[in-house]
Amino acid sequence: MAGHTRGSGRPNQWLRNLNAKLASIPMILTAVVIFLGGTVWTVVYSFTNSRLLPRLSFVGLDQYERLWAAPRWLISVQNLVIYGFFSLIFSLAIGFLLAALMDQKIRFENTFRTIMLYPFALSFIVTGLVWQWLLNPEYGIQSVVRSLGWTSFAFDPLYNSNIVIYGILIAALWQGTGLVMCLMLAGLRGIDEDIWKATRVDGIPMWKTYLLVIIPMMRGVFITTLVIIASGIVKVYDLVVAQTSGGPGIASEVPAKYVYDYMFQAQNLGQGFAASTMMLVTVAIIIVPWAYLEFGGGRKRA
Amino acid sequence: MPEIVAFNTIAAGIEPEVEKVQARATQVGPRGRKPRRALSGRNIMIYGTLIVVALYYLLPLYVMVMTSLKGMPEIRLGNIFAPPLEITFEPWVKAWSSACTGLNCDGLSRGFWNSVRITVPSTIVSIAIASVNGYALANWRFKGADLFFTILIVGAFIPYQVMIYPIVIVLRELGVYGSLTGLIIVHTIFGMPILTLLFRNYFAGLPEELFKAARVDGAGFWTIYFRIMLPMSMPIFVVAMILQVTGIWNDFLFGVVFTRPEYYPMTVQLNNIVNSVQGVKEYNVNMAATILTGAVPLIVYFVSGRLFVRGIAAGAVKG
Repeated sequence: MAGHTRGSGRPNQWLRNLNAKLASIPMILTAVVIFLGGTVWTVVYSFTNSRLLPRLSFVGLDQYERLWAAPRWLISVQNLVIYGFFSLIFSLAIGFLLAALMDQKIRFENTFRTIMLYPFALSFIVTGLVWQWLLNPEYGIQSVVRSLGWTSFAFDPLYNSNIVIYGILIAALWQGTGLVMCLMLAGLRGIDEDIWKATRVDGIPMWKTYLLVIIPMMRGVFITTLVIIASGIVKVYDLVVAQTSGGPGIASEVPAKYVYDYMFQAQNLGQGFAASTMMLVTVAIIIVPWAYLEFGGGRKRA
Repeated sequence: MPEIVAFNTIAAGIEPEVEKVQARATQVGPRGRKPRRALSGRNIMIYGTLIVVALYYLLPLYVMVMTSLKGMPEIRLGNIFAPPLEITFEPWVKAWSSACTGLNCDGLSRGFWNSVRITVPSTIVSIAIASVNGYALANWRFKGADLFFTILIVGAFIPYQVMIYPIVIVLRELGVYGSLTGLIIVHTIFGMPILTLLFRNYFAGLPEELFKAARVDGAGFWTIYFRIMLPMSMPIFVVAMILQVTGIWNDFLFGVVFTRPEYYPMTVQLNNIVNSVQGVKEYNVNMAATILTGAVPLIVYFVSGRLFVRGIAAGAVKG
């Protein structure tokens, strides 16, 4: 090793492998100061009454009580639950169906994949603005359908507070299903060709093979995809800002936007910290059981 | 460290499968069942569905382009799916050079150049740091390294909102809050988990004999990195570059939080142009501006093709 010198005694433990340690300083700082320190800092300050500036005067759970009494937060959470639920179901279902279609030894596979994946290269801002335009009631899809003769046709999710979150969901699915399809396709390609031969010999219909044999075999891919989608859902922010800015009224607010607005606009840091801590808790609820299932509980699966 | 090993399987497990996809697609020669008639009912269903799906995915892009080429009178009259009767490039010119955000009326060009000035250094710095990190973790492990790495990876799942305020404070203390330097630091920090994982896995997969032979010949940490690892790892550097360029270009939250308005990246400026409340809405200019903002990642996507898929398969862990 670099620090091994001739002579008596052990070389200084700290100087061994010095270059690697020096090179790792940015990583160590990021991990300890930002990720660990920053998170602990935010959680601690969520118990204070900080407003314009962070200060350490503890008020117990006051911020959380205020948070869960705020209509805007409740709507944000409700939206996140609806958005999250449908976004998980639809992106997994559509992603898997598309992957299954792509796996039928088709021609032009690369072309189809390129088309389905390109929205993923676009930012949420671009996605949100395009769909804002398509869903514009005056000029968009609604007006086109009406001009075809169906004059009572109504499809204006972005201007109807009851269904605005579904308008956002449409845009999100357009942007994200291509990725799910790609992950699922990779999973399908990882399945042994012999399985297919065996089920064909046994005369099991294809849909049944998918449902009873292939999907259980792809458990790992499904769970990984689920975690990826879920941790993306909690962070949803840009899309809402671009598409509706939380409107009409507060109908399409989401937790991430609540945090940003309270921290940087309403100058109510304590509320922002409490809300972001709730986001952290949500992610932990998703990640910890998954991490435990996958990596803890012994190493039964190879 | 079981956690780390397992995390490897996520990132590494996806990559070879993507390779397999390619391998099978390019396989030639007789294989599988006897070819069926081209127009069987099954084929019509499969291709029919795929074509409808493809049209659905392409529709927004088509509408964007069509809208951006029309004049406002035509937009008010016609339907969004119709091609323009009279093609005009004026919206594009206006979006680029004279669209207004608040009092500023110098168009998206300012945001574009800001984004360039953010993306280029952020990409270079984050990749430089993460690749050296990954190299140290793969080949020069020291006590405690795995612990820091685990924190880093777990940190990738923490919502950004939890960490942005502490970072604001750190940047303010360093005197770079609001500047481009500050934003570059932020992108380096948040790019680090996924990039470090990517490089660490790649370097760990290189034959160990190479590293040992170089050590025997007396090469040290930096010599091995620059003379052996770097030249052998160009593909992974390209993947990392694609990941970072598209990710940083598309970022909105960090741009809004960590920079002053004069440094706002293109995405932020675009949002301010389109969603500004004052003035008459010019949908054609808005769509031209939207295409301009999406153009860079789209070009990266279409040019890089297969490598992009590899990049996002690895980057998917980032969520």
